[in-house]
Amino acid sequence: MKINLQDLILNTEILKFGQKILFSGIVYTIRDIAHRKIFDTLIRGDELPFDFSNIMAIYYCGPSPTKPGNVVGACGPTTSSRVDVFTPTILDKGVKVLIGKGNRSDYVLESIKRNKAIYFIATGGTAAIISKTVKRVEFVAFNDLGPEAIYKFEIKDMPLITAIDSFGNNIFKIRRNNAK
Amino acid sequence: MRKIKCKTIINAVKYLCAKSNFELPEDVLKSLIQSINLETGVGRDILKEIIANAKIAKKLQYPLCQDTGVANFFVKLGNDVCIEQKSIYYAINKGVSLGYISNYLRKSIVSDPIKRTNTKNNTPANIYIDIVSGNKIEIVFFPKGGGSENASELKMLTPSVGWKGIKEFILDVINNKAENACPPLIIGIGIGGDFASVGLLSKKALLREIGSVNPNKKYFDREQELLNDINKLGIGPMGIGGKVTALAVFIESKPTHISSLPVAVNIQCHSHRKKMIII
Repeated sequence: MKINLQDLILNTEILKFGQKILFSGIVYTIRDIAHRKIFDTLIRGDELPFDFSNIMAIYYCGPSPTKPGNVVGACGPTTSSRVDVFTPTILDKGVKVLIGKGNRSDYVLESIKRNKAIYFIATGGTAAIISKTVKRVEFVAFNDLGPEAIYKFEIKDMPLITAIDSFGNNIFKIRRNNAK
Repeated sequence: MRKIKCKTIINAVKYLCAKSNFELPEDVLKSLIQSINLETGVGRDILKEIIANAKIAKKLQYPLCQDTGVANFFVKLGNDVCIEQKSIYYAINKGVSLGYISNYLRKSIVSDPIKRTNTKNNTPANIYIDIVSGNKIEIVFFPKGGGSENASELKMLTPSVGWKGIKEFILDVINNKAENACPPLIIGIGIGGDFASVGLLSKKALLREIGSVNPNKKYFDREQELLNDINKLGIGPMGIGGKVTALAVFIESKPTHISSLPVAVNIQCHSHRKKMIII
């Protein structure tokens, strides 16, 4: 199933946990330190060096440097749960789509449900495949952070799995409950 | 005394940094291919994706994973070797710096764990040296990603808990953390030694080839027992459910104090990159 970010934002309820999709749209790579910087700035009520309200989708990713001639470096997902503490604030500010890997805390799940957001996982360690789905890259902010800088990715048909749907169904939690 | 130029080591390390990050070792690839038939549905698709990724990365000489890791080196340094000009530590770090920069590999090291400023050349490397007899240098490069390393644990158990207690601890770690560590996993286990050495032991265990037989029959049986139990947890590829949670379990043990039973579980993701060179 092919899904475009614009359509998904209008109605995140169209996807259910476990569903595989090919995702297209604009995402921003934001991981550990960049989350901390955004969070601290938003809490203080200060200005960020970019317009945060433009960000609808976050991809937890720290790409490797781009080889000349390529669009992007290797860019698979990183573990999402490290930024859990920041996620409810991020979602309350309007972000709808999260992409990473691994499980999330219960309070993130609640925030996803409350904000009608959605969390997808990509297959970790398949960076060579995923990088082919990135069509355009733009630097956004925090160059000094090296691989943790923020980039804007234009994505076409990235293979994802719906891990937590907008109703709060969590694929990891359901798997755990089934194992009991 | 055999003289080896510093430059020779630097070039070898540069080569290892590139090759190991672009090419999944044969034993890992073979094990992944064998595991496809055990899985169905999305889990099976994930395994196929991982295998396809390995083929593309090798063909294009592209990183298998964006996390090109902490640079770990296990060195066997012959006592008849004299390294000219600079130390082996200098040579390895220089090789890492040149290798990571020239091959566009990600620099994932921060100089201070609290301040967290990127060193921008992926140094310092973790270098573990054993002095052996002979006139050669064996260098094993083992880049390790942060996600799986974060899922690892170390615990000082009491001797009374025995194998049963050790097993409980290991299965608990896997059950709680595996889903964030990019399964199917390779599990390195250290048992014995002390607080400092057991962690290193569990990391060394990961250097064994998948399919290799532990020469200690008791530990071979325990490895099989653990692998079966881990794969019964139902975690599966990328943690979304399935039968293939781990590809291998390797145990290394060493003598310990009468009152101690240290156990370390070093978790490794499916992108289990490692490569050896002998100079």
